[in-house]
Amino acid sequence: MNGLLRIALKLLLNDKGKFATLVIGITFSVFLMMQMTSMFSGILYQSAANIVNVGAKMWVMDPAVQTPQNSIPMPDYVLDAVRSIPGVKFAVPFYVGAGLVKLNDGTYQSATIIGLDDASLFGRPAIISGNILDIYKNNAFIMVKDANYAKLGSPKIGTSFEINDHRAVVVALAHTSVPGLFGLPTLYTTYNRATQDLPSTRYLISYILVQPKSTQDIAAIERQVKNLGYLALTDQQFVARNDQYYEFQTGMGTNILIMTLISFLVGLSIAGETFYMFVLDNLEHFGALKAIGAKSGELIQMIVFQSLVVGFLGFGFGVLLSSTMIAIGKMRIANYAAMVTYENLFLALIMVLVISVFSSYIGIRKVIRIDPFDVFRG
Amino acid sequence: MILTATKISKSFGEAPNQTYALREVSFAVDFGEMLYIVGPSGSGKTTLLSIISGILRPDDGDVVVKDTDIWKLGSDALAGFRLQTIGFVFQDYHLFPRLTTLENVAIPLILRREPWEKSLAEARKTLQIVGLAEKESLPPYKLSGGEQQRVAIARAIVAQPDLLIFDEPTASLDGETGRKIVAFVKEHILNERRAIIIVTHDSRIYEYATRIIRMEDGRIVPGAGADHEK
Ligand SMILES: Nc1ncnc2c1ncn2[C@@H]1O[C@H](COP(=O)(O)OP(=O)(O)OP(=O)(O)O)[C@@H](O)[C@H]1O
Ligand SMILES: [Mg+2]
Repeated sequence: MNGLLRIALKLLLNDKGKFATLVIGITFSVFLMMQMTSMFSGILYQSAANIVNVGAKMWVMDPAVQTPQNSIPMPDYVLDAVRSIPGVKFAVPFYVGAGLVKLNDGTYQSATIIGLDDASLFGRPAIISGNILDIYKNNAFIMVKDANYAKLGSPKIGTSFEINDHRAVVVALAHTSVPGLFGLPTLYTTYNRATQDLPSTRYLISYILVQPKSTQDIAAIERQVKNLGYLALTDQQFVARNDQYYEFQTGMGTNILIMTLISFLVGLSIAGETFYMFVLDNLEHFGALKAIGAKSGELIQMIVFQSLVVGFLGFGFGVLLSSTMIAIGKMRIANYAAMVTYENLFLALIMVLVISVFSSYIGIRKVIRIDPFDVFRG
Repeated sequence: MILTATKISKSFGEAPNQTYALREVSFAVDFGEMLYIVGPSGSGKTTLLSIISGILRPDDGDVVVKDTDIWKLGSDALAGFRLQTIGFVFQDYHLFPRLTTLENVAIPLILRREPWEKSLAEARKTLQIVGLAEKESLPPYKLSGGEQQRVAIARAIVAQPDLLIFDEPTASLDGETGRKIVAFVKEHILNERRAIIIVTHDSRIYEYATRIIRMEDGRIVPGAGADHEK
């Protein structure tokens, strides 16, 4: 390493109190920022669970639908109309709704009921025990074995309970890749059974799942569905619509943003203040270096280096801390909705760099102005 | 001549509160000299020292050090000049409390971009010269005032500068220690390839000067450039 930077590092590390304050301040700030943004990412990710788990390329829905948590039922003719759009390879009905499960011990539990197209079973989950074809048996349901599995008494194949006063038998256990956000157990059945046993409205189709012939057809399908008075979105568009809903229409996004900003400001002020004190403490030494013959550029290098060192250390520790907390959270709390994404890391890194740049800026301003004559005069 | 100063003037502040710190001061220093600049407080000694060492820009006049007209240089070149040519001992030393004594001494070499290990090795040799080899890993504040002064001297000479500048080197030392240090400097540091300029109030060390310049009110007192060779 360049000798000057080595000196800079020693000046920093040997001022243990300020060094610790700087690193801890930035660590804390990064930790808070990461916690906030990871939690929000987790919420967004898990709230879009159905879109990811079902895996359809396109979704047709009522234009008022914002998130896959609610659906507005559509009349049957929409399905026929969608099927006749050129470019549609196939289109199937999809039901998602809430069911009230009455367990054998007499307790109740809400559950998400998903109804798959009877003919194709499109969007079916991965079966981990049992046979998917048993879904056609009487009263058959497939239970998803996730963190909420125990809420229905950890049923085995053959276990029965009541759903909305209808008998239901678990015929297979399945696995889905993304857990839901709201802690509800999930049961799959056929579309016909789901629509016979559960709903109360006149219309039945929650979503129409569409497979376009090719990606070039997507735009045309979206236009045609719009002409029908409905909305067709690709899975990614639907995820983005869901994200936007949580970001801008629930207040959650704004709150997270404010909290992240506050964490950033806390870090900025602790680090900025401490670094300023650190530079002030060393000011006469920087002045002596200047008198001896250090160029301003070299002093700036030293200060920038010092602020980057504390910035990166704080970033590293902060990320480590929040990842550990999230990992512990995931071990202890079923469906703990938090995930560290590259975007979050990047955001925190940018914030840390801003903190470093700001801190060095106020330090540099001081150091540039030192007149070595004042050092000389004592 | 190692240094020639011609008609240096410097004032501070604006009229009517303007102080003339230096009025057309001219003098020269030769290799091998240990020149003292003495005079009452406020007579302009520190100002003069700063100007001839490239730290404070004069209002008027030239300073030529080893054929370089230093006040014609840009600020980075001037910093380079100070680094290459001048060794400073500041009145209050300005040692880094968070570096070891050895690292403190090595700083001018490190600023010259010498490799780390080589700088430390050279600093170690210089600490030996000033008799502090065994204190190299202590921070300077653990040393006595006289020892700190010697560390500051070691830092000033480590890069073999041509011109050494001391401002009030004995001001914070007791009389005996001050005399010892100046005697040491004259004995071991002064040689025919360099000059030493010392500003002082301390008449107890006058005997070590090869020449004394007396200042009063921003001027050199005429006839005060006599040789005090001992
Ligand atoms: N930065 C400054 N601003 C205003 N006046 C100054 C400044 N520096 C020096 N002076 C004035 O210039 C004059 C010479 O100051 P200088 O420090 O050179 O004196 P000195 O001979 O070194 O005195 P001392 O023995 O007390 O150190 C003094 O009147 C001082 O007040
Ligand atoms: Mg002075």
